[in-house]
This record gives sequence, C-alpha cells and structure tokens, in this order.
Amino acid sequence: MASNPMDQFTIVPIVPLEVAGFDISFTNSALWMTITVVVSSLFLLLSIRSRGTIPTRGQMVAEMMYNTVANMVRDNVGSGGQPYFPFIFTLFMFVLFGNLLGMVPGSFTFTSHIAVTFAMAAIIFIAVTVIGIAKHGTRFATLFFPHGAPLWTAVILIPIELVSYLSRPVSLSVRIFANLTVGHVILKVIAGFVVALGVFGIVPLAGLVAITAFEFMIAVIQAYVFAILSCIYLHDALHLH
Amino acid sequence: MPSDPESDLADLEKRLKAARGTGEAGRSGSGSGREGAASGAGIGLRIAVDLVAGVAVGVGLGLWLDSALDTKPWLLLVFTIVGFCAGLLNVVRTANQLEAKRKEDEAAARTNAE
Repeated sequence: MASNPMDQFTIVPIVPLEVAGFDISFTNSALWMTITVVVSSLFLLLSIRSRGTIPTRGQMVAEMMYNTVANMVRDNVGSGGQPYFPFIFTLFMFVLFGNLLGMVPGSFTFTSHIAVTFAMAAIIFIAVTVIGIAKHGTRFATLFFPHGAPLWTAVILIPIELVSYLSRPVSLSVRIFANLTVGHVILKVIAGFVVALGVFGIVPLAGLVAITAFEFMIAVIQAYVFAILSCIYLHDALHLH
Repeated sequence: MPSDPESDLADLEKRLKAARGTGEAGRSGSGSGREGAASGAGIGLRIAVDLVAGVAVGVGLGLWLDSALDTKPWLLLVFTIVGFCAGLLNVVRTANQLEAKRKEDEAAARTNAE
C-alpha cells in the first residue's frame, strides 16, 4: 500500500453541518478532540476514585501529572499563579492526550494542525494580555520598555519588543505543530520503505521501532513545553518581568 | 491543652518549611532527568522557531501596514529588520532561560549529591 504520507492529516467531515454560511461540520478532527476530552477525563476520574494512601499505578500517574503541573505553575508563574492552575492543567492534559492518542495507529492527530494549535495559542495570548492590562492598567506598557534603558532608545526598542511580544503565539503554535507533523510524516515515510524493500524492509522496521519511541517522547515534551511557555507568558503579565 | 497556640503555630511553620524544602529538592532532582531527556534537536528547533516567528510577524505586520497606509514598500523594509531584531531577542531570551534552568539543575544535582 503506497499511500501519501500527508493523507493522515486530511480533514474528513463526519456529520456535514452548515450554519449561516459557516462550515461547522463535525470532522474527524473534532471527533478526536472529543475522544481526547473523554479519555483524559475518564482517566483522571477513574484513577483517583479509590483515593488510596498507597496509590495504585493509575493513581500514581495521575498524581505525577498533577504534581508536574503544580510545580510548573509554582516555579514559573510565581506568586498569584494558583488561580490559573486549573486552566494550565486542562491545557496540559488536552495537548498531552491529543499527542498521545495521535500515536494510536489509524487515529487522527489534531495537534498536527496549525489551525488547532494557533487557536489555542491565540486564546492564551489574548487571555494573558487581558489579564496583564486588567492587573496593571497602563503600567502594562512598561513590558515593552526595559527598565533603565536610555529614553531615546525607545524609538528602536518599543517596536522590537512589540513584534517580539506579537511573535509569541506564532512561535508557540508553530513549535508544536511542526514537531507533531514532522514526526508523523517521518513515521509514514519510513513505514513506506518497509513495504518497498521487501525482505530488507527489516532494517527500516527496526528504525521505525526507535522512531516510534522517540515520537512518544516528543509527544510528552511538546505538551510540557506548551504548558510551561503558557506559564512563562502568564508570569510576564502578572509580574511585568 | 498540651501547649500554648503561639508555639504550636511556630512549630507548624517549622514543619511546613521542612516539608517545602524536601519537596523543592525532590522536584529539582526529577527536573534534571526530564531536561536530560530533551534532545539537543528539540532545543535547536525551539530556537529556530523563535527566530523565524519574529521575522514572520515583522514581515506580516509590514505588509499589512503598507497596504493599510499605502506606503509600499517602506514599512515592509523597516518591519522586516525590526522583526529580525525581535527574533534575535526571542532567541537570546530562550537561551538565557535554558541556561538558567541548566545552572539551577546543576546546582540542585550538586546539593543532592552532597
């Protein structure tokens, strides 16, 4: 089966739906997002149901995830970060399970679509900006001018800082989208070699095992990086550097 | 009443501090392991994306302002340079963050080893 390595990213409408000229069909992407929400919620609910002093394996994993995000929020957001813990945790779990479920053969990886990752990054960016302005008012503008720099440098520094600030959602979304897309394309291309090479296909097959393990690592690291950068942006908005 | 509430509170404070201290050490320890797993390629890609994002936003902003203010091609030129500077600023910030993290992990590993 010589399939196109890009075929796995095709959006297929499952329930076609159009409201006021907008195509809001229920697609395979939406289906896998729903599955991700259901699976991650069920996992957390069921694993901590026993609430044992001696945790089961599932409970240990759930507590590990909770601790990872709790430490992340405490280390990177600093004081006043606790109210945002639920949001960061939800974000982390959604991206993590989306990435991991994307590794299931035949599934769809919604995090490999820039539309999805950019939407998440844009929400974070807008929310962080609104939080910053609500908390500091006009003092929020000092974020764009380093403390102690000579005043005349403002002409150069403010546009640079502004563009740097605006590039945050772009780099945040492109990073996860590029990592996930590249990983899945490589998997498909190497898998194509296995079939094409016949008996010698054993060589790329062995490589494929290693790459699969590597992709699982990427899936976890990218979810972690996405959440930690959201924390850093939140820190900037709350404390202005 | 075993003791007065004042010293009870002080005792609680002490125990809280001790508990927090151990939590901190354990956390840094696990953190260094996770960082070690993050490959150099990951860091490289992260920095590359930071640089490109700055240029991309600069070019986009320049094109948009040019078409809005009808000043072709001057703002595109200016904002491409500004975007490149912003990209470099992003890179320096990311590198500083990673370096600070690495130093922190190293210090934690040293205190753990002692």
